[in-house]
Amino acid sequence: MSTSPAPNPASWRSRAFPARWNKRMAWLGLLLYVIYATSIIDVTWERFVRGIANGGTFLARMFPPETAPERMALVYSGLLESIQIAILSTFFGVLLSLPIALLAARNLMPPMVSWAARGVIAICRSFHYVIVSILFVKAVGFGALAGILALIVATIGFVAKLFAEAVEEMSMKPVEALRATGAPFFSIIFLAVLPQVAARFIGFTTYQLDSNLRNSTMVGIVGGGGIGATLFTAYRRFDYDLVLTILIATIILIMIAEALATRLRRIFQ
Amino acid sequence: MAKTEQIHMSSDRRQPALSIKALRKEYRPGQPVLRNINLDIAEPGITAIIGPSGTGKSTLIRCINRLVNPTAGEIWFDGIDMAGLDRRDLRKARRHIGMVFQEYNLVERLSVIENVLCGRLGYVPAWRAFFRRFPEKDVERAFQLLDSVGLGADFATRRADQLSGGQRQRVGIARALMQEPKLMLADEPTSSLDPKTSVEIMELLSALSTQGAIPVLVNIHNVGLARRFAGRIVGMSEGEVVFDGPPSDITDEDLAKIYGGEGWYS
Amino acid sequence: MNTAQQARWVRFTPTERIARSMVYIVVVVAVIWSLKTVEVIPEFLYDAPEQTADLLSRMWPFDWGYYPTVVHAAMIETIHIATLGTLLSLVAALPLAFMAARNFTPFPVLNWVAQFIFVTSRSVNSLVWALLFVAIFGPGALAGILAIAFRSIGFVGRLFGEALEEAQKGPIEALNAIGAPGSMVLAKGYWPQAEPAFWSIALLRWDINIRESAVLGLVGAGGIGLALNASLDNLYWDEVGLILAVILLVVMATEIISSKIRARII
Repeated sequence: MSTSPAPNPASWRSRAFPARWNKRMAWLGLLLYVIYATSIIDVTWERFVRGIANGGTFLARMFPPETAPERMALVYSGLLESIQIAILSTFFGVLLSLPIALLAARNLMPPMVSWAARGVIAICRSFHYVIVSILFVKAVGFGALAGILALIVATIGFVAKLFAEAVEEMSMKPVEALRATGAPFFSIIFLAVLPQVAARFIGFTTYQLDSNLRNSTMVGIVGGGGIGATLFTAYRRFDYDLVLTILIATIILIMIAEALATRLRRIFQ
Repeated sequence: MAKTEQIHMSSDRRQPALSIKALRKEYRPGQPVLRNINLDIAEPGITAIIGPSGTGKSTLIRCINRLVNPTAGEIWFDGIDMAGLDRRDLRKARRHIGMVFQEYNLVERLSVIENVLCGRLGYVPAWRAFFRRFPEKDVERAFQLLDSVGLGADFATRRADQLSGGQRQRVGIARALMQEPKLMLADEPTSSLDPKTSVEIMELLSALSTQGAIPVLVNIHNVGLARRFAGRIVGMSEGEVVFDGPPSDITDEDLAKIYGGEGWYS
Repeated sequence: MNTAQQARWVRFTPTERIARSMVYIVVVVAVIWSLKTVEVIPEFLYDAPEQTADLLSRMWPFDWGYYPTVVHAAMIETIHIATLGTLLSLVAALPLAFMAARNFTPFPVLNWVAQFIFVTSRSVNSLVWALLFVAIFGPGALAGILAIAFRSIGFVGRLFGEALEEAQKGPIEALNAIGAPGSMVLAKGYWPQAEPAFWSIALLRWDINIRESAVLGLVGAGGIGLALNASLDNLYWDEVGLILAVILLVVMATEIISSKIRARII
């Protein structure tokens, strides 16, 4: 720390590599936290070991995966419903996200409006889609509708937030230029705002389609329709071989969707 | 809409195109950027505003079309006081004032022709803008303007971000002309360009101003360019006009008054 | 209407047009197909606002007494599950990310193995991981922590692997040139360049994991989700409301904390 020339090599060393105490303290703190947290939570080594043994029998019961045709038909119709949930929730969610995001962009809207829109987005974001779908199951009953509504909420939370940020990051110069020509508000949106953010918007949308598809396989666990319902039923009846079939089918579907989403993004680039 | 047009038509032809009276602007209360600006622009041709950075040149230009809202004063343009307009009427009034920017302010991801057509947005409903359904005569005019700013028709479908600075500024000028302006404002139109291109752009502005009989108000910090192309120079210092006259009248003393200090200009 | 004009200016080339139209058609067909086949009972949809309002009215006022007895401990457990799960995933993902980075590990087979682990981890939802671990280890926080960790490995590993691949060659080549051992190149060449990315990815995932861990209890993997499930089954809506409010607060607090930490370390 001192500015006077150091007399011996030892202090040169400490000047070239000053000990970063803050960092060391942070690491120590993290370590202490882990010890403390594992001690108060009911996680014990012995339980872990017992589980490992359990895991062997569990995996053994999963193999071979179920392939009976009537069970496969069940898997197929579940997957189809999941895809439909994903498509509809992405479509309507994105449609709603557009105006909400524009309202939330602080560089286009007065503070009052953008704060209100940001509040809506924050609430949509804060709840996990499974919790939201529980509420919708209670409100509109079991089935795909609850799942769709829950994922629309999730879509708004994600797409509208990122889209609003993209709008805030764009250059205001073209907006200024178009204002100066006397262009009406919507023309400015169409010709100065959207061209700047369209590519990113399509990126968010394809990403969300992908993630809605993943999530649509889960809303069924709480009654929101799709393959998740089939999965949870199989799990509860200890049909672990069917569980494995469903998992494999879901993973394949998700991988195909990811590949498609990447392609789609390229078309619009 | 027709009603406002009528007002424009009936306005006295002999009155100056632009008349600024006692204009004052404070971004923070008590700290005026523009103190008391009085300025009449009557003739076509270039009027250059010169002055050191931060003296409010840009603010002055932006107050005229209310990209910046003035704190006090009047801005008479075409028989109306811009300072007193509500949003709707302001939009209509802005259609007659073209503006050229230092950094061109094009929509980079749109084609050149779309950028030029943006000049018509004040006249075209938003849904047409969305589908790019501009009236045929507008598109034709856009092509003509591309020609007259020195860009050929083959530039039309290029994306604006593929152009050089000089070419972009030409597109910016074409966009402003697309408005069929009665007044052009140019905010440091050459500051982002190399010296040769700067001269070309000033030549273009000057030619267009005479051809179209449009007064052009340019704020510029290159005194040489101002002297060469402007018919009139307005010198500003600390938010006030300290010189106003033809370039031939400007003396070293005047320059010292505008920019402060001595000896740097010889 | 504008057919004459389209000969001179068309917005897209024919191929672009076809590609775009195809995408639009696919979107429309997909939506219509889904709308027609998905089992949505319209009466339920019309009913939805009323039912939702009814639910909300039953939630308020909250059952505050439930907080100290159950909710507080459960929420703390959820936070621990998320944090420990994230830490565990960091420990596991770090070596895998180095294995996946093509510039650090020049063996395609190893890169591929790491990528495969990431894809598997990300393709299985944390709820499914939780189901599996509940089946193996029995209900409780242990299953939750492992579910969070297994789901996060792919996320952290992939992003950090990409960050490593973006590391500049210069410092690494310099270390290789002086004959530094591999561990030294890792510690002084790669790590300093990628460290900010690592912590920012970790924070991002922690943020996500707080949300995720709140639902794991629905399948028996510990935390606030267990309490929520119990209240839902018993139709104690005032408890449900309280739990949701607590989750909302914690999630928002997490977001603020993580953005504060991010601002400090990056």
